[in-house]
Amino acid sequence: MGEKDRLFTETHEWFSVESDVATLGLTDYAQGELGDIVFVELPEAGRSLAAGDVLTTVESVKSVSELYAPVEGEIIEGNAALEDDPSVINSDPYGKGWIAKLKLAPGTDVSRFMTTEQYETHIKG
Amino acid sequence: MLTQEVTAVRKTALYDEHVALGARVVEFAGWAMPMSYEGIVSEHRRVRSTAGLFDVSHMGEFVVSGADALHALEKLTTNRLASLAEGRVQYSAMCYENGGFVDDLLIYAMPKRYMLVVNAANKEKDLEWIRSNVAGDVVIEDVSDETGLIALQGPASEGILTGLTGVDLSVLPYYHWMKAEVAGRETTLSRTGYTGEDGFEIYCDPKDSRAIWSAFMEEGTAAGIGPVGLGARDTLRLEMGYSLYGSEMDASRTPPEAHLMWITKLSKGDFIGRDAIVRRMDEGIDERIVGFELTGRGVPRPGHRIFAEDDEVGYVTSGTFSPSLGVGIGLGYVRSDVTGELSVDIRGSYIEAHTVSLPFYREGSVRRRR
Repeated sequence: MGEKDRLFTETHEWFSVESDVATLGLTDYAQGELGDIVFVELPEAGRSLAAGDVLTTVESVKSVSELYAPVEGEIIEGNAALEDDPSVINSDPYGKGWIAKLKLAPGTDVSRFMTTEQYETHIKG
Repeated sequence: MLTQEVTAVRKTALYDEHVALGARVVEFAGWAMPMSYEGIVSEHRRVRSTAGLFDVSHMGEFVVSGADALHALEKLTTNRLASLAEGRVQYSAMCYENGGFVDDLLIYAMPKRYMLVVNAANKEKDLEWIRSNVAGDVVIEDVSDETGLIALQGPASEGILTGLTGVDLSVLPYYHWMKAEVAGRETTLSRTGYTGEDGFEIYCDPKDSRAIWSAFMEEGTAAGIGPVGLGARDTLRLEMGYSLYGSEMDASRTPPEAHLMWITKLSKGDFIGRDAIVRRMDEGIDERIVGFELTGRGVPRPGHRIFAEDDEVGYVTSGTFSPSLGVGIGLGYVRSDVTGELSVDIRGSYIEAHTVSLPFYREGSVRRRR
């Protein structure tokens, strides 16, 4: 999975899909806006979400932000490493700072999400 | 008139420096100010371990002079000014007749005059309040526009400043000021601050702000100096349990509730608000500021509700994640009969907390200087 396959939401989540599993996190832009991240609620495996549902809450020194499920799916894993060191979301938002893995509902359409280039334009606008 | 006054956001003389340093700039009290540069936590740690440089030029400064200046200020402020010798600085407050806070401030005792340093957001209100409550030979000048203010804070501050001034700083005690050249510019410098660390506040002509700022950045490189924004200024003051106007203090709160009786001298004679404060203390206060630490995970934020058992007993006025302690800390107004175990309603989760004595952080270098 390279940068090219990454998709972005208007609410600053990124995700990439491999077979029927989406790995998702907070974008580099969003982590920069939030600043030092100090707590993340570990997303609970087994919970089913509709698109737009709150997946978890990310708390930085200065503010709090919610992370939304971009598509319908079931949480299969939260990134347990974030409980010990949530700052990896700041240092490596697209790698070790991933937040959850979602099993997608069959036939999920991801064509409406932004590509890296489109997202770059979006945040500059 | 129904037209709304539109005030443009003001920039300090150091605005271009902040932008060049990559600051995240926010609007604060009508000013474009740096919130952070590299990040709140690393800036915070820098001040605790070496030295940080702050632009606080947005603060308001007034000069009060005239034969009746002392008498007028003694009536306007809560602390005992008569005993403040020239060369000293005092933390004080102004209250309304009902005992509520107008503002908190620093007062510098200077030859034949006093300099008052007030919160940027309150400057106009303070000026009006002072002007309408003085009598006799008193001259009040607003010198805010002619005054830049840079704070150098952290255990390495004295070493860095020594390299830029001819004066011996070891003779300048905590809460004292002196005239001194810094980087060849005339300044008024005091051993004061809002961080719990040793440090200095340097008042200068705004035309000299950039030269002084750059000299500090250069001189302090080896010692590990760096710029610090308003974000870390707030986490640093909160770890010390220092009050902030608009959070712990406002027009509806009085010194006994805000834990500020240490700057309120009832024995000094009459001052505005004294009778109401005395009455308040006789009747007993319903709520007062407490410091608390979360035992569970989370960050308390202003407005979160505080519970004891199942009773709602107060609310958070300031809260953050303490970079030094690694836990959520906060100040809040809590019912006077409540101490010990609390919980904070953080978005529907009741997170365990307990009251602690202030300051939260006890290792600050300022303690060595008192």
